[in-house]
Amino acid sequence: MIEVKNLKKSFGDKTILNDVNLVMETGKSNLIIGSSGSGKTVLLKCIIGLFSPDEGKVVFDGVSMIDATKDEKKDLRQQIGMLFQGSALFDSMTVEKNIKFPLDMFTTLTSGEKMKKVNEVLARVNMQGANKKLPSEISGGMKKRVGIARAIVLNPKYLFCDEPNSGLDPQTSLVIDRLIRDITVEYNITTVVVTHDMNSVMEIGDHIFYMYQGHKQWEGSNKEIIRSTDEKLNEFIFASNFLQDAKQMRMMQEGQEEKEQVNVNA
Amino acid sequence: MLKGMFSRPENPKMYWKEFMHQCVEIGIGSLPIVVIISLFLGAVTTVQTAYQLVSPLVPASTIGQIVRDSMILELSPTVVSIVLAGVVGSKIASELGNMRISEQIDALEIMGINTKTYLVLPKILAALLMIPCLITLSAFLGIWGGRMAANMSGIVASDIFDIGLRSNFLPKNVWFALSKAYTFAFIVSSIPAYFGYFVTGGSLEIGRSSTTSVVVSCILILVADYALAALLL
Repeated sequence: MIEVKNLKKSFGDKTILNDVNLVMETGKSNLIIGSSGSGKTVLLKCIIGLFSPDEGKVVFDGVSMIDATKDEKKDLRQQIGMLFQGSALFDSMTVEKNIKFPLDMFTTLTSGEKMKKVNEVLARVNMQGANKKLPSEISGGMKKRVGIARAIVLNPKYLFCDEPNSGLDPQTSLVIDRLIRDITVEYNITTVVVTHDMNSVMEIGDHIFYMYQGHKQWEGSNKEIIRSTDEKLNEFIFASNFLQDAKQMRMMQEGQEEKEQVNVNA
Repeated sequence: MLKGMFSRPENPKMYWKEFMHQCVEIGIGSLPIVVIISLFLGAVTTVQTAYQLVSPLVPASTIGQIVRDSMILELSPTVVSIVLAGVVGSKIASELGNMRISEQIDALEIMGINTKTYLVLPKILAALLMIPCLITLSAFLGIWGGRMAANMSGIVASDIFDIGLRSNFLPKNVWFALSKAYTFAFIVSSIPAYFGYFVTGGSLEIGRSSTTSVVVSCILILVADYALAALLL
């Protein structure tokens, strides 16, 4: 579980995060959504320790990232896996070496054990046989999958994904979303996804936090979001007419189902 | 940045591997350009010295002595370092800049790796090891190039050139050249590393930081060249 307590962050005079409080549960996909400039990426970077917050705390299962000693921070970071927006694979290394890198750096496994682990995670993300390819030789969706494989190779307790679907077609986005959801359940990890993709929200959003102008405006599940009466949230999620129509249809469908249920009960 | 470079490595084997990789990149990677430049520097110095020494009172072997001292004292350390500021410096700045922009440095930091120790320190140490070697090699090649040019163009016979090479040799000059080599090696690696590591923006900024790092390195090399000459000679 990750707790964000009274987090504040400013750059110069501009306040980016203003008293943010969140609780992200283990074994669930926690989504941070919001329009561009709402502070979601800064929030993610504060949580993972790339930015130091001006005030507040981020607590990982009882261990505060800010108050931790240097060694505690190092240990904590090795429990964190991260999928970056641009995948952040090391250009000069093959897919295999990219995934093997954390194992080489932090474990004392033998070469054979490392290769076994690499092949296991590659199979988990459906990338068998891509071992010797360079990042420049694979597609955007494949890069994301390799990024996920590298993030989970050390069996992390926390997985962070920054815009995992950016630049991907809807079909590949769905593959990545489902992979993130399945890995979250399978490894029982706390997953935090920053996105503004509504398909992801509906697909994997166990717990959703809506950020608006640097503060948490709304939180709930993907089932609750569609019925939300929060004006700001509705402005964001129903920005397109298509989604508004979809909402009306869904409400009608749910209303009809309720009526049928009443009739059956009667 | 320099202060943050010194921390206990997570896995010394990986750091050693990275150091060796940088030695190959900086040392072997720059070898062809250093060889070509040094040979021609020596050759041109021979021809120009011969052109200027027209007096019959000055023995022809003096050309060998002048080429030797010019290569050791100035041409090899300074010219080679300026060339390396372009070749190695721009590579360091653009490599680190690209890693910063594409979030590869962030990825390493999230893994718990001190990126200054893992990415910057091996580059500086490799430069401190390899650049003095390249400069020493350059001095030898420059003198050899000068001797070849003297012989081929009929300016001075090789045996007379060799007499000049052996006369009035001051070992102090070699120590002076090595002091310059170590100072310039530090400049050539640390300045681009700084500009590359702290780049912000996009590809345009990577190019800009690479150019700036080369310009700043060249200026600092020339300033340090003068300062060292004033202090040590």
